Amino acid sequence: MLAARNLRKSYGPHVAVDGVSFDIARGETIGLLGPNGAGKTTTVSMISGLLRPDSGEVLIDGRAVTGDTDSIKHKIGLVPQDLALYDELPARDNLEFFGALYNLAGARLKRAADEALDLVGLTDRAKDKVSDFSGGMKRRLNLAAALMHDPDLLLLDEPTVGVDPQSRNAIFENLETLKKRGKTLLYTTHYMEEAERLCDRLVVIDHGKVIANDTLHGLYKLLPVTNILSIELENPECGLRLAEVRAFAAVQSAELEAGILRIGVQNLAADAPAVLQWLVSNGYPYSHVVSDRPDLETVFLTLTGRSLRDS
Amino acid sequence: MMIPLVALIRKDLRLFLGDRRAVIMSFLAPILIGAFFGYVFGGNGKRETSRIEVLMVDQDGSAISRGILTDLQASKSLSVKPAELAAAREAVRKGTATVAVVVPKDFGAAAGKAFFQPVDKPEIGVLYDPSHSAEQNMVQGILTGSVMQIVSKEVFNGPTGSTVVTDSLAQIAASQKMKPEDKAPLQDLLKSVQKFNARPKTETSGGGQGGLSVPYQIREEAVTARTGQEYNAYAHSFGGMSIQFILFMGIDVGIGMLLMRQRGLWKRLRAAPLSRSLLLGSRAISAALTSMLILAVVFSAARLLFGVRIEGSLAGFVGVCLAFSIMTASFGLLVASLGKTPDATRGLSILATLVMLMLSGAWVPAFLFPQWMQSATMFIPTRWAMDGLDAMTWRGLGFSAALGPIGALLLSAAIFGAIAVSRFRWEAEG
Repeated sequence: MLAARNLRKSYGPHVAVDGVSFDIARGETIGLLGPNGAGKTTTVSMISGLLRPDSGEVLIDGRAVTGDTDSIKHKIGLVPQDLALYDELPARDNLEFFGALYNLAGARLKRAADEALDLVGLTDRAKDKVSDFSGGMKRRLNLAAALMHDPDLLLLDEPTVGVDPQSRNAIFENLETLKKRGKTLLYTTHYMEEAERLCDRLVVIDHGKVIANDTLHGLYKLLPVTNILSIELENPECGLRLAEVRAFAAVQSAELEAGILRIGVQNLAADAPAVLQWLVSNGYPYSHVVSDRPDLETVFLTLTGRSLRDS
Repeated sequence: MMIPLVALIRKDLRLFLGDRRAVIMSFLAPILIGAFFGYVFGGNGKRETSRIEVLMVDQDGSAISRGILTDLQASKSLSVKPAELAAAREAVRKGTATVAVVVPKDFGAAAGKAFFQPVDKPEIGVLYDPSHSAEQNMVQGILTGSVMQIVSKEVFNGPTGSTVVTDSLAQIAASQKMKPEDKAPLQDLLKSVQKFNARPKTETSGGGQGGLSVPYQIREEAVTARTGQEYNAYAHSFGGMSIQFILFMGIDVGIGMLLMRQRGLWKRLRAAPLSRSLLLGSRAISAALTSMLILAVVFSAARLLFGVRIEGSLAGFVGVCLAFSIMTASFGLLVASLGKTPDATRGLSILATLVMLMLSGAWVPAFLFPQWMQSATMFIPTRWAMDGLDAMTWRGLGFSAALGPIGALLLSAAIFGAIAVSRFRWEAEG
């Protein structure tokens, strides 16, 4: 559906995007992940034709976008990071205006507005001015405006910025519906939990460069541990020595704090029973065990050496 | 392409008409301010003009000084009241009187002598408010005529005149400085005046009985669209205020485009399959239509409320309005292309607009400018708009008189448009 080939964009001496390449198959949902200023929005702007890359190319269904009026733009729906709406107009009028830009008129235009309003759950507020909407409702309408011409590829540039958890959940449900309908989504965010919930594959970008491009499962494999066992010891004063635990072959890392032993393992199925058996046989009985998976935050930390939100 | 074009124009017009502030600024403000300036600059010709407030300090108390006071009070341009010197000076300082005329002691006798002999002339003091120098010149002109008439009348008819002539004859006879060939004709003249004063007075006596006076009368006729048509100052003021507030609307068009960029709307528009000419063209068309709407409403109000008529060519008037509207649209695009942030651009473009308006004659008529400035302002497009509207309204000129302003405005529009297109930042920020 989409192929980005070696995209590069500079602003004076500052290189915003430096050789970014990735592909998205039809119906796939890709998360473009990176901290603020990593080059995500610039990349989306080049894909949607808003910015001309210094070098590289963008192919939509194998064809490059040529010129402002190229009909291939009908295949792209852009949801900008800003609330790109006319506050002074009612919701329906906003949608009909943006639909008309794609040559929709008459019954087709009205039907598209009805469907978009229905999808984002704003049918009963269709006649209200956008200025009367909450932040979450505006975000949903911002999404609806990009759907008017029924694009195959949706470019979503941080579509949940500044919304409450309830509205964020509503937007996610909308996106999951679109995914089920076979739409291709490119979703930029710096929220790991969003990417984990929605995306089939993740392209991690930092300082304008792609530093990882894999499925969630594939990215976890890059980590030294895939699971962390939190083991509550029956007797916190049992005299367990961490050096002994770390010497055990299956253990990748070990920490002890307030009677909770945290052990990192690579292979949960094989390593967890062995570790637990070793503890019992060496006189360190336990009362409770929990297994946690590291999150994408940890992935980013591992890849860049920096925390995602501090970057 | 028609569906997006119509949608873009329709959206702009809806946003404009839905903005209460914009509507008040564009429709109501030019009508109210135009009405004010029109009234101040003479109204529709039916209103009596205001008189200049003059105080007269008569320190002489002679027949001549009293005659001057009476004569000045009869002038339809002046409102003259007697006053003491200190009070008159204070009134001028405070601005409650424009001019104070001070006739000193012994002015009458001294003026009579000065009429025939090369002696020192007595002075009349004129105290005036420096912010009203034009009125001061007017008062001086009326005063000169009045003094000439009253002094000559007294010299040729009154008792003061007989004494003055007798004294003058004695002084000439005793003069050592005067040459005999100069003395004789002057003595003959004064003796003739003595004889003239001594003759029996009748009702039909003419000549100097009424004193010397200006040997002509003025018949005033305001040259407007047609004979008998009074000048309607509202025509100029409504034209000027329309131009002013339409240019402000043009600034708002430019600022609106910068705001669209700031709010991400520009990204949505650029992401759609629309050409650059369509995006800018639609904005220009909606701005021009808004301008035409404002002109139609403001001049309709001027017609209904103050009798302003298109005395000249209606086609010319429409042509000037259309050319000015296109120029305003290009000006708006220029603001959008040269501006960076809305706030910084607003201040700068308002300043530029006010300078254009000041030089166009929209506030004060251009003929009050120095000659060099009148020539220089021909390069200001708003000057052409103002001249064009004047020509088609109260001057009542034909279509040919509109061609110059139309051409100049369209040329300005083309220049502004070319700069705007070449400097416009098409790319959305990443």
